[in-house]
Amino acid sequence: MSQSATTIDPAEVAKFEAMAAEWWDPTGKFKPLHLMNPCRLDYITRQIEAEFDRDLTTDRPFAGLRILDIGCGGGLLSEPMARLGAEVVGADAAPRNIPVAQLHAEQSGLTIDYRHTTAEALADAGEQFDVVLNMEVVEHVSDPLAYLTACRKLLKPGGLMTCSTINRNAKSFVMAIVGAEWVMRWLPKGTHDWNKFITPDELFDLLRNAGLDPVDRKGFVFNPVSWSWSVSDRDLSVNYVTTSLKPR
Amino acid sequence: MDSTDVIIVGGGLNGSALALALGDAGLRVTLVDRLAASVRDSDSFDGRSYALAHGSFRLLKAIGLGPALDGKTQPILGIKVSDGRAGEGASPLHLVFDHAEIEEGPMGWMVEDRHLRQAFLARIDGHPRITQIEGTVTDHAAAGNAASVTLSDGTALHAAMLVAADGVGSPTARRAGITRQGWRYGQTALVCAIEHDQPHGGIAHQFFMPPGPLAILPLPGNRSSIVWTERDAEAARIQALDDAGYLAHLRPRFGSFLGDIALAGARFTYPLELSLARSFTGARLALVGDAAHRVHPIAGQGLNAGLKDVAALAEVLVDARRRGEDIGRADVLDRYQRWRRFDTATLALATDSINRLFSNDNPLVRAARDIGLGVVGALPGLRRGLIREAAGLTGDLPRLLQGRVL
Repeated sequence: MSQSATTIDPAEVAKFEAMAAEWWDPTGKFKPLHLMNPCRLDYITRQIEAEFDRDLTTDRPFAGLRILDIGCGGGLLSEPMARLGAEVVGADAAPRNIPVAQLHAEQSGLTIDYRHTTAEALADAGEQFDVVLNMEVVEHVSDPLAYLTACRKLLKPGGLMTCSTINRNAKSFVMAIVGAEWVMRWLPKGTHDWNKFITPDELFDLLRNAGLDPVDRKGFVFNPVSWSWSVSDRDLSVNYVTTSLKPR
Repeated sequence: MDSTDVIIVGGGLNGSALALALGDAGLRVTLVDRLAASVRDSDSFDGRSYALAHGSFRLLKAIGLGPALDGKTQPILGIKVSDGRAGEGASPLHLVFDHAEIEEGPMGWMVEDRHLRQAFLARIDGHPRITQIEGTVTDHAAAGNAASVTLSDGTALHAAMLVAADGVGSPTARRAGITRQGWRYGQTALVCAIEHDQPHGGIAHQFFMPPGPLAILPLPGNRSSIVWTERDAEAARIQALDDAGYLAHLRPRFGSFLGDIALAGARFTYPLELSLARSFTGARLALVGDAAHRVHPIAGQGLNAGLKDVAALAEVLVDARRRGEDIGRADVLDRYQRWRRFDTATLALATDSINRLFSNDNPLVRAARDIGLGVVGALPGLRRGLIREAAGLTGDLPRLLQGRVL
């Protein structure tokens, strides 16, 4: 581990504990992420299961896989991957997320290597992974092609990357900006810049130009009746996810 | 002892079914009951039996009980519903539900309690992921990422979460501070099994009598299970009679269409009540079966509702486990609560209103319900809906109730 809880100033620990509790409160500030998380995990786990010939019905099915979670936040994806047996590195550009995520992993009895770093810095350091989770990040970066190229370098040959983002059309403006930020207040105003949203075809082109082989795309669709998200084969009109492989 | 994924308190039918559903899907389960399995295993017929809805039977097959129950169930091929008064015979307006009206085959299956119990114990015994423990739970707690229970001999057990399958008045639910809402009906169900001269043809009968409903449910051979409701004082008086006196009260209630009858097993009484836990979940805790709800047994929905809980909870937990989620977290358990509590409240209210409507001797209400029955009988679509609901084929069905393995 890059940093253990014992090296943190005790005065800071109380603050981090409160922040960890906030990150992991399913009814709190990060409620929209918690609501979407089962659907994201369904997609990710099934892609990994199929590509690496694993069986999710067994104990610790991802044992032996090295997984990088970019933009790990409080560890909402890192912890499930560790629980499934993977060796997980969680990276976040926001320094204060790292001790928070670290603390929660320890409370959960999990070992996760959380680092304050970026995809580019990890790639420069020569780190390599079987799987890179690149979820809801690409719409926030200034140069998507450079960023995805760094992601490709982070993959071992034959490695898999899931990349999700938000489509750019009239519906996504209504749903993701007006709905999620202005009406539901699920996200702070200004979280997303609609102009930085990417269509699935644009993302496939970017992935190919970055040297990756995109193999799958699916929608994440919110159902206001069941109040839950599900994976859709057809509806990629707002939130969607892709899987790409690094050629061997 | 090692920590497991789930501790189930209560090794009755719901607790056993949940242990198998979870164990078969790869979770490690500790099943705690205050009685040893050998004591719960009984070979002689004690008169108790269940009407399994279609979905329930599919669940039992999905958790591997099919072979053990093979040849020991009686399919219910039709249900005749009549409105009557003792001594007057059935009202000319009556409903006949026939399984030919739904595509899925019989409307349900009758199975004796002993056969179900034996089938469960045989499957659980030696299961690689189920540990059976005999003991009385005296305390439980949830802290951090684990739940624990303490047994009366001081043994402590640990798991990611705890399931209360410990019946009506669940001590586990009470300890967790989960209160119940509900009421008694002032009625008691008298339950027994009878042997009769004439074959039943697989037909179940439900007579709605002013003191309460009388159900005759077909068992294998020339035997039937009787569920007969009387006001509390009258039920206590009849239960206290000897067998001859008991039968003398029973005979005129459904006439002679099955020939002469004799008792075939012990007699039981169950006070009728409706109660619903105010929450089906607590800290790293979920309630199933009678611990969560008790519905009026008028339509035989008690065990079926419990098995729906089992199917929904097993699916929620197994799916969460395969995603790598912490299965005891509040947001995971809340999925179970949202799935089941509304459904159960609806069922409780529906069976309650059916009972209130039919347990009434007011001539106006009698006329209205006779017409009500006549109207339902005249509308095939509505009837099919009622049959499918009674057979457990409606709603957002958990995979196990569809007969699919998790």
